[in-house]
Order: sequence, then structure tokens, then C-alpha cells
Amino acid sequence: MSYLPNVLFGLLLVGAIVFFIKNLNRIRKNILLGRHIDRSDQKSERWKNMARIALGQSKMVRRPIAGILHIIVYVGFLFINIELLEIVLDGLLGTHRIFAPVLGGFYDFLIAAFEWFALGVLLTVIVFWSRRNVLRIQRFWKAEMNGWPKWDADLILYFEIVLMTLFLAMNAADYALQLRGAADYIVAGSFPISKFLVPLFETITTPNLMVLERTFWWMHIVGILGFLNYLYYSKHLHILLAFPNTYFANLKPKGSFANNPMVSKEVKLMLDPNADPYAAPADDTATDFKFGAADVTDLNWVQLLNAYTCTECGRCTSQCPANLTGKKLSPRKIMMDTRDRLTEVGMHLEKSKSPSINDGKQLLGDYITPEELWACTSCNACVEACPVDIDPLSIIMDMRQYLVMEQSAAPAALNNMMSNIENNGAPWPFNNQDRLKWNQN
Amino acid sequence: MTTENHNKIKIMEVPTVAAMAAAGKKPDIVFWVGCAGSFDERAKKITKAFIKILTQCDVSYAVLGTEESCTGDPAKRSGNEFLFQMQALTNIQVLNAYEVTRIVTACPHCFNTLKNEYPELGGNFEVIHHTQLLEQLLVQGKLVLQGGSYKGKKITYHDPCYLGRANQVYEAPRTLIKKLDAALVEMKNCKSKGLCCGAGGAQMFKEPEKGNKDINILRTEEALETKAEVIAAACPFCNTMLTDGIKNKEKSAEIPVKDIAEIIAEAQDL
Ligand code: SF4
Ligand code: SF4
Repeated sequence: MSYLPNVLFGLLLVGAIVFFIKNLNRIRKNILLGRHIDRSDQKSERWKNMARIALGQSKMVRRPIAGILHIIVYVGFLFINIELLEIVLDGLLGTHRIFAPVLGGFYDFLIAAFEWFALGVLLTVIVFWSRRNVLRIQRFWKAEMNGWPKWDADLILYFEIVLMTLFLAMNAADYALQLRGAADYIVAGSFPISKFLVPLFETITTPNLMVLERTFWWMHIVGILGFLNYLYYSKHLHILLAFPNTYFANLKPKGSFANNPMVSKEVKLMLDPNADPYAAPADDTATDFKFGAADVTDLNWVQLLNAYTCTECGRCTSQCPANLTGKKLSPRKIMMDTRDRLTEVGMHLEKSKSPSINDGKQLLGDYITPEELWACTSCNACVEACPVDIDPLSIIMDMRQYLVMEQSAAPAALNNMMSNIENNGAPWPFNNQDRLKWNQN
Repeated sequence: MTTENHNKIKIMEVPTVAAMAAAGKKPDIVFWVGCAGSFDERAKKITKAFIKILTQCDVSYAVLGTEESCTGDPAKRSGNEFLFQMQALTNIQVLNAYEVTRIVTACPHCFNTLKNEYPELGGNFEVIHHTQLLEQLLVQGKLVLQGGSYKGKKITYHDPCYLGRANQVYEAPRTLIKKLDAALVEMKNCKSKGLCCGAGGAQMFKEPEKGNKDINILRTEEALETKAEVIAAACPFCNTMLTDGIKNKEKSAEIPVKDIAEIIAEAQDL
């Protein structure tokens, strides 16, 4: 009987972790549906990028208010997770505050620090909530945020408020019991914040308070395991994926767009007078190859990782010249659409158990319209603004490539421009022989 | 052109790489004029201004003339990778045949494409933007800047996306402006946060999508907010966009939009 809580705790913990890993594997599998791209170079540069941007939050603080608030939550979250280790050990072993005797005076310091962090997180999260719902900062209210994304953002904040409150309540009840000298409650820890809650328990009898303390303890840990598993369904996944995402990010100058190697082959063949036009095509000219991207599987795996990492913060969209002038394009929506379509494809593959993703839908058209794609000025403002190094522009460009090279579906004016380049080597209809005429007048 | 500067250096003799090669010579640097610089009426003036400075500073340069062709930037940004690579390979053949090692261009789009997208296709050159060359000349003491007519003037500088964010060149143009003893005033969105003029990604060649404003108007408004007397640009396309914006705001008479090269040439009274 007395082992029941430990067993229950063990089952809960294992269950939560197994479920979470299962979902992470789904994500991994989906990301690997993307085309190959080599990002195994410049390892030390990549580690630095990750340390600076993900760990160091360097791009977050470019907006100082949101940046600093975010750092409070982020650091608080990291530190309070140390306490999680103790909670898990206590749960499994049936102990109470297992670290207290080991750490002595330092334990008091730690618990006090956690409490301060908890308060910091609690207050910051309330500010975050107000920025979204009272100040109604524009980037949180764009069209693509309607429905679930808006809910998701608020839910994360509620989760954090509840978890921090439970943490403090649990400590307060514990402290109250310590003060009463209750059995099993060793006198340990220092409670600079929760001590103010102790008077709330004055009228509660000791046995009832013990039940209450256990209830807070259990709710807190169940809440954390729940939150862990919520990540998969949420933009909050960025707390994990920001790390690989910044590691694998593009390190080239932002203006350097990838050259399609398949095209290089063809062009070289065309320009080479000695080439044999009947030579067998190389192996990688697979029959289903297409230029550019119409669906998520035509994107590369880093672009798909980008999609799962997106925090939906909208910094990209709030800097996008097209979006600022009322065009339909929103780089955040490009990322959200890519992720939603990828999730859909993944689920379809799982259900149908066949390797084909013929579900009659695709990213282009069903999610992202040509009108959005053609509004982009390729200005890189979105890429620059993204705190986790996501590149919406590369997806836009790949989809344009598909529109033009597979469907000849460019706007008429662009077709004119392109035929000018083809015919006379300039985007306007001028004779190339007149190139030096600027010289005269 | 030359008539109004009768006592100035003869600037209209522009050496071509081909002519130099025929004479057994090679320029230190090739000036890639670009399509806008060659054909667009407004941009031609930038080309001329830059040539005047090159001549005055005694730079050994040459242009490709009729052997130059579009870099392919607008084709690539439109999605026509095939046309882009055709253009790139043709240009690379020409440049490599002349054993070109250094290129300067007044167009950030040409600059970006030549610098970043040609190497993988076999074109390896040192590519710099004209504001970078001008800054180098300044450091070397070949270009001596005095404020001239720009002394004390309020100038705001618009970062071209393909120079700034795309290639991290933010300071060269600003150094030049400051050297003119002009008062550089920044727009609220500048440097890495600079707002696009609306021309990039081949937008220059098409109508904008439906929206509530044109991008160049928004950017022009930001420029006007600074109360600057001159808007400095460093890209022929930005120049066109902002010139149109200023026209739209009926401020053409008061607030000129000028390329950095034009400003310097004018300040030098070239
Ligand atoms: S690159 Fe395109 S999507 Fe990104 S900010 Fe510029 S216009 Fe918007
Ligand atoms: S792409 Fe980056 S900037 Fe844009 S919403 Fe996602 S995380 Fe934020």
C-alpha cells in the first residue's frame, strides 16, 4: 500500500516520456521527408551560432522589451528544471526533499532562488498575456493567428501561470507544515516568496494541510508532464527545436540564394558544344523530380525543421514590406502553412501505411497562394528578424521556381522581362549593342 | 554632358576590356555597369558620375560594353533558375576569358549575384560595391572629400536590401556621407532593419499585388519623417522607387534622390 504512490509516479513518468518520445519521432520522420541538403560543414561556426542565438538569445533582444521579458522566462524555466530533478527523485523513491540533507545551507539558497525565479516568470507571463490581450500588439492579431494559434499562445501562458502558482503553493504548504513541526516534513529550504502565503493555511488542520500539500505537489508534477507533452501540438516546441534549428541554419550571406544543381547540369550541357545530347541522364534525374517546390516533400529538411521551430512570434511579418502595405503575404503564415501541411502529410502517411502522399492536396494552392508568393521582394527582412534563424524566403523562392519552371505561371509582366533577358540580355527591350550608349549624349 | 563641365577632365572616353586586351593591357578592375546603369535614363547619370570619380582618382578600370549581359538576378528571383544560370555561365565565360579578377558595380543586385552566386558556377572574382571602392579610395588618399555643396546638409541614407541585409555592407556608404561634412540622419528603420524600397525580387518589373499602399510610398514617408534635404541611395532600383515616391508626395523640387556617387561627384564639382 505504501508503495502505491511511488509506483503510480513511476508509471506516470514513464508513460509521459514514452508518449513524448513517440511524438518527437513523428516530427523527426516528417522532417526527414524533406530533400537532402548538406549542413554538415563549418561545425565550429554552427556551434557558435547556436550558442549565440538559441542559448544566448542574441536575436531576441533586438526588441529589448520582449527580449528581456523572454529571457526572464527562459532562464527561470531552465533553473526551475533543476528542482524538477529533486521532485522526480522524491516521487520515485518516496522521499521528501531528498537534496536537503546533502546540500545543507546551499539547499536553502537554491530553493530561495527558485522562488524568486518562479515569481519572475509569473509576473512576466502576466505581462506577456497583457501584451497579447490588453495592448493587443498588432503582430499577435494578424489573420493567420485566428483560431488555434491564438488559443495556443494563450494556453501556454495559462499553463505557466498555473505551474508557477502550484510551485509556490506547494512550497507554502510545505513551509507551513515545517513550522508546525509536522512529521515527515524536514525543516529545509528558504521560502522568500511563498512564506507570504502561509497565513492562508492558518485555519486548516495539519492532516488536511498534508493532503493539500500532496495535492499541490502532484498537480505540479502532472502539470509539468502534461506541458511536456503539449509541446508537440504547440508552437512551444521551439524551446527544443531552436537549438538544432540555429545549428543547421544557413551561414552564407543572406543574399546568396542556392543554385539548383539539376539546372546547372542541363545548362552546362546546353552550352557545351562537345556534349552528347543523347547521353543517358544521370541517376539522380529521377522521374518524379521537379524544379522548385509544390509540396512540403519538395522542400529540404532544414526548411521543414524551420517550420516546426517557428514560434509564431510574427517578428518576420511585422518587418515584411509586403505585409506592412496590406498584401496577403505573411512570412509567418508561410512557416505555419508549411508546418500544418507537413503534419497533415505525416498523418496521412501513418494512416495509409503507403509511401505515397497522394491525398489530393499540396502546399501550393491549398495552403499558400501564388498571390502571396509574388508579393515578396526578397528583401530578407523576415530572415533577419527571426529570433531563431528561420528562412521563410527560401521557401517562397522554391515555390516561385516551381510556378515558373514547371507551370510557366509567372505574372505576364515577369514573362516579358524574362523574354527580354533571353533575347537581348537585359530585362528591358533594348538592343545589347547599345549597352555603351549611356556614354553619349 | 561634357559641355557643362568644359574645363574638366574628358570623362566620356570609357575604356572597354576588349580594347584594352587588344592593346595587350588589363584593367585593375572591371566596372560592371549593369542593365539599369546602361539603359535606364536615371541610372545612366549614376554611371556617369561614378566614371567621373574613377577617372579623377586615376583608377585603372574598364567596362565590358556590349559583352556585358544581365547577371540573371531578376530571372532567378522570379523563379527562372534556368535563365539565370544561362546568363551566369555566359557572363562567366566572358569574364574568365579576359581573366578578370576584380569587379566593381554600382548595382547591389549585380554585386550580390556576381559575388555570391557566381562562384559555385565557376566565376570567382573579388566583387565590391561602388561605395566600397569609393571608401577604399578615400582611405588610400586618392579620393579627397570636401563637403562642397553638401556641407552641413541633412542627408538620409536608404539601405538597399541586397547591399545591407544581404551582404552586411552598412558602413561604407555612411562613411562617405559623413566625410562630406553632411549631417547623416537615420530613418526609423535603418541598417539591418531597413525597409525595402519595393523593387527587389523582380518586383521592379511587375505591378504590385493588391494591398493598401505601395512599398515605395511607405519608405518615402519614412525618409520624409527625417526632414532630410537629400535622400541618398546606393542602388539604381531604390533610386527609381524613391524618386517615384517623392514625386507622388510632390516633393521633387525640394528633396532630390541621389546616388552616393552622384553626391560625391557633385561635391567635387566634377
Ligand atoms: S523577403 Fe519577402 S516575405 Fe520576407 S520580409 Fe521581405 S518581402 Fe516579406
Ligand atoms: S518565422 Fe521566426 S520571426 Fe517569423 S513567426 Fe516564426 S519564429 Fe517568429
